[in-house]
Amino acid sequence: MSAEATIQCTVNGRNRSATTDPERPLLEVLREDWELTGSKYGCGEAQCGACSVLIDGRRAFSCRTAVSTVQGKNIRTIEGLAAGDKLHAVQQAFLDDGALQCGFCVPGMIMTAVALLEEKPHPTDEEIVEAMNRNICRCCNYANIFNAVRRAANSGGK
Amino acid sequence: MSIRGEEDLAESLRCLGFDADGEELVERVPFRFKLDVDRRDFVKLLGAGLLIGVATQSNAQEQGRGRGRGGRGGGRGPATLSARLHIGKDGIITVMTGKVECGQGARAELTQAAAEELRVAPESVRLVMADTSLVPDDGGTSGSRTTPGTVPSICQGCAAARDLLVALAAKRWSVEAKTVQVKEGKAGDGKPEHSLTYADLAADEESGKAMNGEMPRGVTLTPVAEWKTLGASLPRPNARDVVTGGHLYPSDMKRPGMLHGKILRRPSYGAKLVSLDTAAAKAMNGVVVVHDGDFAGVAAPTSWLAQKAIDALAAGAKWESPPHPSSATLSEHLRKNAQGGMPANPNAAEMAAGKVLKRTYDVAYVQHSPMEPRVALAEWDGPQLTVWTATQAPFGVRGEVARAFNVPEDKVRVIIPDFGGGFGGRHTGESAVEAARLAKAAGKPVHLRWTREEEFTWASFRPAALIETEASLDAEGKISSWHFINVNSGGSSLRTPYRAGKNNERFINSAAPLRHGSYRALAATANTFARESLMDELAAEAGRDPLEFRLAHLEPGRLRSVLESAAKKFDWAKRVKEKKPGTGVGLACSTDKGSFVAACAEVAVKDNAIIVKHVCQAYDCGKVMNPDNLQRQVKGAIVMGLGPALREEMKFENGKILNASYKQYKVPRFEDVPTLDIVILDDPKVESAGAGETPIIAVAPAIANAVFHATGKRIRQMPLRMEAAK
Repeated sequence: MSAEATIQCTVNGRNRSATTDPERPLLEVLREDWELTGSKYGCGEAQCGACSVLIDGRRAFSCRTAVSTVQGKNIRTIEGLAAGDKLHAVQQAFLDDGALQCGFCVPGMIMTAVALLEEKPHPTDEEIVEAMNRNICRCCNYANIFNAVRRAANSGGK
Repeated sequence: MSIRGEEDLAESLRCLGFDADGEELVERVPFRFKLDVDRRDFVKLLGAGLLIGVATQSNAQEQGRGRGRGGRGGGRGPATLSARLHIGKDGIITVMTGKVECGQGARAELTQAAAEELRVAPESVRLVMADTSLVPDDGGTSGSRTTPGTVPSICQGCAAARDLLVALAAKRWSVEAKTVQVKEGKAGDGKPEHSLTYADLAADEESGKAMNGEMPRGVTLTPVAEWKTLGASLPRPNARDVVTGGHLYPSDMKRPGMLHGKILRRPSYGAKLVSLDTAAAKAMNGVVVVHDGDFAGVAAPTSWLAQKAIDALAAGAKWESPPHPSSATLSEHLRKNAQGGMPANPNAAEMAAGKVLKRTYDVAYVQHSPMEPRVALAEWDGPQLTVWTATQAPFGVRGEVARAFNVPEDKVRVIIPDFGGGFGGRHTGESAVEAARLAKAAGKPVHLRWTREEEFTWASFRPAALIETEASLDAEGKISSWHFINVNSGGSSLRTPYRAGKNNERFINSAAPLRHGSYRALAATANTFARESLMDELAAEAGRDPLEFRLAHLEPGRLRSVLESAAKKFDWAKRVKEKKPGTGVGLACSTDKGSFVAACAEVAVKDNAIIVKHVCQAYDCGKVMNPDNLQRQVKGAIVMGLGPALREEMKFENGKILNASYKQYKVPRFEDVPTLDIVILDDPKVESAGAGETPIIAVAPAIANAVFHATGKRIRQMPLRMEAAK
């Protein structure tokens, strides 16, 4: 076991600190230490995307991100997306298109879509499929999720 | 490895609140705790025999007697009106149900049912689901029974409450009940000064007595033609919490002082623990180690530390592993162990007179692999246990947990927050028992979530199938005899819906190498795959178009209608004649659990890869209750069905699962989604059937038949691989 280290970063605009094993996955620190349970454990192997968060604006699989690597970085999770009562355009689009069944994949899907639209505000259909393809929905509600991402892109994506 | 006797199966089903009708498959994990650390509680329990009796009796009163009141949704249902709904003096209406929400849409649909009969807006109904201390036992969430069973049961309860409001209004205003109407939550008779709300009803003592009386029978329900809320699309009521990350799944539950648990898993199926050195794990700071017979696990302040402790336990464990069959020889294994041997075809005479096809179909084991793995949080308060978990059978799991710890059921409360996917794979409560065992030792609440690898390895599997068939054609190209034997996977949709002359269809058990459980539509998928593949082969043998051949053997009715509807929408007649290199079209139809489905598929075959380009599916589940949700169910089922059709297959050898990860076990993703056309036959005259399962069953055979059309080769196994084409 590694010696503990103190990691400091910003999560959804707020300074956070954890003194812990630096090899621990960011996902576990988010969920167990900081009580941000919106990001989900789906596989622990960076294959399903349920744990997706943004690190300095880029999508990351937090289940396979050692917490030591986020020292000083800016993290965004599903909890930081809405501005008060106003949902982010991607969240609103997921509601409008009925893009959820069990919903367990949804926070990761939304964060992945946010990363895509911040990088490419006007993605082609192929670019949407390519960007979203590393996220699994076992309810297989892919058609509605695709429509939601398309709708969010068309609405300006913010 | 065990031969699953019918009595064992029936017992398992009864324990979980299911009928032994073969439509649900449950194999419990047999926990045998010595619980030697808990002698004191044991003695207390032994002294509480009378209490157990009282608890059972009061339970019977609370839950009603026998089946029927819960409707065909299963369970005992509510005995009293107040067990189904509570009306607060503030007018807040709380409806209670034992059904769960795991993505299939029950929360919306049951809210609609309540709102419809209460004549209130859906937003004013609060639906409490699956908390065994609060809700009636509506049976497991399975068998597509929520729609045909629980919806009518909730409708009856809510219509009875509305009738009480009408009766109270009639009495207060001295008018006849038939002049009183309930609209938007208010009773009125047209006079402006007359208005009565559900809050008024709650304040009325007489009505309160009626609420606590026996559940009224013969309540008149709103006819379909007058539906306002049912029949329209209502989004999932807590959808906003899902998109903000605020909804607390069982994975997200937390209690003060909670530890994180992990279990020492066997290295292979059937392995026995010979010895275990717990010293290294026990030396870890804050780690609780439990070793009770074959059960070993840990609880620690973080799941990271719990994993380290499990790694230490695993290093100090010695196992004995028995031999175990391999997936490579599964078909032979199932045949060799078929109970009573493979039955002979009793229609040999008819066979001899016609043109005979003998075909064998194989279907692999698959996993549900819901996004949220098995999970539970257990907390003891003296002898009282509360478990938050993800199961489709809350009352069944309550019983399972109670038996594991020798406590009466009324000491166990099982709470099921809306969770992350079921698909028939969550009828048991092993994670709840595991968490509770650790929590008992730790003296603190313990949260336990399985890893994906554990989920792929130790959860229940959809049974593999070996299906042997023989069919004959007479001189006119009509089916003259039909022999169809399903080994190991089940009897759902076993019977052919076609005219097939002399008929012999059976399901027989075998020695199942893996742990069995239900799965969306269960054996209906395997049986439909084999039957619809064979129908296609017979059509080719008879020199007939696959659609015409099927229609020639089908009576008029709903199955015929969905088949014709799908073919029309797909433009079958034209597309089947087009011959584009490497592409083909196929179709299939079937029925199960009271609904009817037909699928047409177009595939492209290139470099031994099968790419599904288009699926057009027609579906008839009677009157539709929530159109948007039905679309999601049908589209989701088709795409989910692509997995076992094309790729999904559990591989195992020497008792180990070889592909226990999403990297190796490839479920459908965005890039796999074909063009989808859905035709819903929404008939208000036909009673509604559940729609969560049957839309998955026609997908694989439609693809297999399209591959034959494209290549002239047959694939008689699922998943479909060109390497196996003949």
